Amino acid sequence: MNFKRFLAVVKARNIEFFRDKSSLGWSLAFPILLLVGMSFVFSGDGKAAYKIGVINLSTAQSSFLETRFISFVDYQDAELAKTKLSQHSLDMVIHFSAKKYWVNQQAPNGYLAEKIFLASHQDFEQLTTEGKKIRYVDWVLPGVLGMNMMFGCLFGVGYVIVRYRKNLVLKRLKATPLSAFEFVSAQLLSRAFIVMFTSSVVYIGCNFFFDFYMLGSYFDLFLVGLLGAFSLITLGLLVACRSKSEELIGGLLNLASWPMMILSGVWFSLEGAPDALKSVADFLPLTHLVAGARKIITEGATLADISYHLSVLAVMSVVFLALGAYLFNWNTER
Amino acid sequence: MTTSVIEVKGLTKIYNEVNAVDGIDFSIKKGQCFGLLGPNGAGKTTTIEIMEGIIKPSSGVVEYYGKPAHEDISQQIGIQFQNTALQDFLTVKETLDLFTAFYKHTLSHEQLIELCDLGDFLDRDNRLLSGGQRQRLLLALALINDPDIVFLDEPTTGLDPQARRNFWTLIKNIKASNKTVILTTHYMDEAEQLCDEVVIMDKGKIIESGTPPQLLHKHFADVFIYLPIDQVNDNLIEKYQWQKVGERVEITTTQVEATLTLLMEEQVSLEGLHVKSANLDDLFLKLTGNSLRD
Repeated sequence: MNFKRFLAVVKARNIEFFRDKSSLGWSLAFPILLLVGMSFVFSGDGKAAYKIGVINLSTAQSSFLETRFISFVDYQDAELAKTKLSQHSLDMVIHFSAKKYWVNQQAPNGYLAEKIFLASHQDFEQLTTEGKKIRYVDWVLPGVLGMNMMFGCLFGVGYVIVRYRKNLVLKRLKATPLSAFEFVSAQLLSRAFIVMFTSSVVYIGCNFFFDFYMLGSYFDLFLVGLLGAFSLITLGLLVACRSKSEELIGGLLNLASWPMMILSGVWFSLEGAPDALKSVADFLPLTHLVAGARKIITEGATLADISYHLSVLAVMSVVFLALGAYLFNWNTER
Repeated sequence: MTTSVIEVKGLTKIYNEVNAVDGIDFSIKKGQCFGLLGPNGAGKTTTIEIMEGIIKPSSGVVEYYGKPAHEDISQQIGIQFQNTALQDFLTVKETLDLFTAFYKHTLSHEQLIELCDLGDFLDRDNRLLSGGQRQRLLLALALINDPDIVFLDEPTTGLDPQARRNFWTLIKNIKASNKTVILTTHYMDEAEQLCDEVVIMDKGKIIESGTPPQLLHKHFADVFIYLPIDQVNDNLIEKYQWQKVGERVEITTTQVEATLTLLMEEQVSLEGLHVKSANLDDLFLKLTGNSLRD
C-alpha cells in the first residue's frame, strides 16, 4: 500500500464530488426534504384514545380497564414502561397490585388520563417522571439519514466505478503503478468522508429547526454512522467490482437497496414482524446501522450496548472489502 | 549495433474465436520512432495494449530489454491511449498532481508545461479542453514519469490539421530527447513525418515492415505524372496506354525527364502538370487492395 498514491486518489475523488454542485446539492437536499415532509405528515397525534401501560395486565383487575377509547398495553418490565412514559410513547403507567401509578409531568395527555383514572382510584400513590416527547421525526431520523447514506454509498460508489470503467478512466489508472487495492481503498475513504460530511451537515442543520431528541453520545452516533458507511460502501464496491454496464449496475444496486429500504426499520419498527423477516433483515447492513443509531438516540445506549450491531457492521465491512478487492477487475479488455 | 528495447515474439490475441492479432513478431530499437500502421480493426491497438501490459495475450511474449514484461514496467513506460476520459471537475494542474503521485520519479510540472505547451490552460477544467489541448494533456501524462519508452495510440485522430501539425512538433521533440516512441496511426502522412521504421498490419497480421523509404523503394519504381484531362488528346491516351483518373490523366513512369520530353514533342501543354511519388497510402493500396482510411 503506497499512501502517496492512495491519498492522491482520495483527494481527486473528493474534489470531483464537491465540485459537482448538483450531486452535492441533492445529497444534502434529499434527506432534509424527507425529514421536513415526515414532520408535517406526522405532526398531529392521530390517535383518538389514550395509551396506558399496565404492569402485569393479565393479573390486573379493575373496572378502569373497561374504559372505552383507552388502550391498555401490558408491560412485564416496569422500567421499560417508565422509559416509554418519559418518551411520551405512553400517557400513563399503572401498577395495580402495588397501588402506584406514574405520569409524565410534561405530557398534557398524561394529565387528562390521570384525571380519568383518579375518578375511580383515589387511593393510588402518584409517582412522576419527566422526559421530552419522542416525535416520529426523532424516531425516523436515524432511518432517513441511514437511507440517505445507503444511497450515497451504494450508488455513489457503484455508479462512479462503472462510469470510470466504461469511459476508460480505470484503464488510464491501470496503466500507472496504482494497485487495485489502493484504488478501492481510496474510493472507500473518499466516500466515507463525503457521506459523513453530508450526514453531519444535514443533522446539525436540521437540529436547529427540529431540536432532535438525543439521549446518547454524539461521538457514539458518529462512530456507528462511520462503521455503517464503511459496510455500505464496501457493499457498493463489491457490487460494482466487475461490471461495465450502467444498466446492469443500476439493477444490482436496486436489488441491494430496496430490501434495505423496506426491511431495515427505516420507516417502521420491525418489532412485531415475523421471525423469518427479522432474520433476513439481520443480514442487511442498514438494519444494524439504523438499529444502533436509534438505540443511541432514543435509549441512550452506549457502544457496549450496541456491540452486536457494531460487530456485524465491522465483519460485513471486512468481508465486502476483501471480496471486492479480490474480485475487482479494471476490465480493460474490449 | 543498436540495442532492441522491445521484442515482440509470436504475439496472438483471440477475441471470440477471431484472431485480432495473429502471431506477429517485430523488434524496436532504442531511440527510434516505430510506427504500427493499418486500417481500423487491423489489430494495432490490441498489439500496443498487450505491449503496455493492459491486456493479456492469448499466446506469445513481449520482452523489454531482453526480459519478459513485469509489473514494474509501468514505472518505465508512458502511455497515451486512443480514447481516455479524464476525471471530471479536475483542472489540468490537479490532474498532473494526481498522476505525479503515482510514480517514484517524475518530471517537474514546469518541464511538462513547457514540453507539452500546457501553460495557457493549466487551471481549466478537464471537461472544457479542446481536442488539441486534451491530447497535449494526455501526452503530458504519458511523459510524467520521464519514461524511456512512450506509447502513443492514434494521438492525432480527430484533431484539425493545425493541431495535428503542432502535435507532430511535440512528438519530434520527444524523439530528440532519445526516447523510444511507439506510434499507431492510420494517417500515412503522420507516419512518413515521424516514423523511422514501420510495420503495416492488416487483419491481425504484419503484411510489410521496414523504413518508409525502403518500403516505397521496394514496391514502387514508378512516379506518377498528372495532367488535366482536357489538355490531352484521346488518341495519345490510347497510343501510350495512359489512365484517366477522374478529371486527370495519370501517366506512370520510371523516367520523368524522358516522359516530359515526350509530352512536349506531342505538343501537350504542361500547364497544371503535377508529379507525385508513391506514398504509404499507395503502398497499402497495393498490398491489400484497400484504402488505409477504409
